[in-house]
Amino acid sequence: MHIVILGLNHQTAPVATRERLAFTAEELPEVLTRLKNGAGLDEVMILSTCNRVELYGICSDLDSCRYRLIEFLADYHQIGADDFADNLYFYSDSEAIRHGFRVASSLDSMVVGEPQILGQLKDAFAIASDKSATGLILNRFLHRAFFIAKEVRTQTKIANCAVSVSFAAVELAKKIFGDLNDMKVMLIGAGEMCELAARHFINQGIAQVLVTNRTLSRAQQLADEFSGIALPFEIFHSHLDQVDIILSSTGAPDYLIHPQDLIKALKKRRNRPIFLIDIAVPRDINPKINELDNIYLYDVDDLQDVVTENLGQRHQEAKRAEELVLREVKKFEQWLASLAVTPTIKQLREEVLKISRQELQKTLAGFNDLNDKEKHRLEAMVNAIANKFLHHPINYLKSNTNDSETRPATTIREIFKLDKNDS
Amino acid sequence: MTNLYTLLLGGALGLYTLGMATGFIYLFQPRPQKTLWCKRFIQAGALVHLAAFIERCILVQTLAVTNLHESLSFFALLLALAFLLVGRKTSIPTLGTFISPLLIIFTMWALIISHKITPQPPILKSFWLPLHVLLSFAGNAFLVLGCITSVMYLIQEHLIKKKKIKGIFRKLPALQKLDELSYLCLRCGFPLLTLGIISGSVWASFAWGSHWSWDPKETWSLITWLLFAALLHGRMNSGWRGRKASFLTIIGFAAIMFTFLGVNLMLSGLHSYAH
Repeated sequence: MHIVILGLNHQTAPVATRERLAFTAEELPEVLTRLKNGAGLDEVMILSTCNRVELYGICSDLDSCRYRLIEFLADYHQIGADDFADNLYFYSDSEAIRHGFRVASSLDSMVVGEPQILGQLKDAFAIASDKSATGLILNRFLHRAFFIAKEVRTQTKIANCAVSVSFAAVELAKKIFGDLNDMKVMLIGAGEMCELAARHFINQGIAQVLVTNRTLSRAQQLADEFSGIALPFEIFHSHLDQVDIILSSTGAPDYLIHPQDLIKALKKRRNRPIFLIDIAVPRDINPKINELDNIYLYDVDDLQDVVTENLGQRHQEAKRAEELVLREVKKFEQWLASLAVTPTIKQLREEVLKISRQELQKTLAGFNDLNDKEKHRLEAMVNAIANKFLHHPINYLKSNTNDSETRPATTIREIFKLDKNDS
Repeated sequence: MTNLYTLLLGGALGLYTLGMATGFIYLFQPRPQKTLWCKRFIQAGALVHLAAFIERCILVQTLAVTNLHESLSFFALLLALAFLLVGRKTSIPTLGTFISPLLIIFTMWALIISHKITPQPPILKSFWLPLHVLLSFAGNAFLVLGCITSVMYLIQEHLIKKKKIKGIFRKLPALQKLDELSYLCLRCGFPLLTLGIISGSVWASFAWGSHWSWDPKETWSLITWLLFAALLHGRMNSGWRGRKASFLTIIGFAAIMFTFLGVNLMLSGLHSYAH
């Protein structure tokens, strides 16, 4: 019995290949059933995101399993297997466990430490377990993976710092204002970058958004989207004193905001700080304003530096996370080994004998007048029943060990709840 | 009995030192830590310090602020208490790191110099003495705390302006939070200082028959008071904040230190501690 992962990701395959092999959430349930029956796997799960397509499975024969999985992908998507065979990776046993844990902990992500993958993995697992495509091993494997992902997040600083320009801006704003709840944001220019950053700020619960743009209709459109207010471009200077955060990304060739504009604004707002983010190239805001007290200006290069710095830190932390993952891989392997047949037989016997002994004690406690001989006879009877009862299940287990097929062990363990204490 | 007192004071110093060590580890270590050991050590230190102070009060039969040794120790204690009080209102994990060196300096200074109990001249025996000293010291403790926050503000502001977004930038709190805390300390400290000066003046009229005698301590108190009055006015009415307010707070700190210690050690007058 082996745990296997076959798939491709952003490192091994171009997007053109990834999108041809991807599965939508809607088709997944049906695909899982087909895969489980068609490819002869004991358990399956499919993780399909924009950066990766991965098939998780439990099988008994590695070579045929690999072949059948590739064949399945080719058949289902109507692509020749040769077209993507080079992009694939195939992991089994400890390598597969490690890969699964790394994916969950976002160590294998395009941007290391970004947490979306965990949610996607949870969704993929929910769909698979809904269809009962997963079983004892994958269930435990994924629960472990979720747990490890949480450990990595809490014990390392891997996800602590912003790694996108727009999020870096939010992080900085928090270091200036603390709480962003009552803040007002002005967007100058209605470009995509601005919109993205504004969305981040709105997620932080800012109070209001003002939007200004050379074409007022575009400003209005964006303002409606954020339930904000659109300002005609000609008058936005007179509103500078009302906002705490200014995001600028126009295509203007010259500076739009000068020191004297902000000196005026500061006076009106009694020196409450203003944070300006200039994502335009060429820049919209005269860099001299950063010299003013209570004014903080970051341009796109400054933010990029922050991001680079943060990414470096993430990679440092990723090393620590890898160690944590390796430790967990060992633990999981141990558990897998315990699934092998012999321990199952032993444990099953112990379990049944334990129950019979307990019941015997209870019964004996109710008799006061039994002599030793009678007690021994009762004991012998209980043991005989237990052993006769165990005879067939144990034979069943033993007869199926030759081809390293451990499915029977799994079944027996589930029927008798032998894993109840260590989930 | 004196031994127990010294032991307690030394214990407080030890705990403050542990607080500083853990505080700086917290500040410079990139790992996130769950427990704020720095604050806990200062808390424990303040408790032991309080015990030492009570012991001393019993010993001298009045509020133990009769000489330089006692004053230094009492001021450190009040500073620690002010820190813990403010810490209940706003949580700034790194504040303890910055306050601990001051606690250590004052407590150590108190430990080094003579512990001898100074007999009080009968003219000073009055309930006004403890009241006057308690109010002035408490006021100063808050103002010094505000100054520490201002130093933190200036560091953080420098890092943000110069775009050094790494290291301790992550550990220091938001600028706004620091500025608010500094303002809060000013609003707590200034009224206390005012009451301290008034109570002193009332007491002086009983003891020496005159409200104000332009003794150096009084003059310097007035200078300090005027500085903070100007700062408070600026903050309330003219929108002073941030860097400007921080610099003024730090100048105020220098004035406090001179009034508290410099005057006694360099100039002579009615307030001088008997050595």
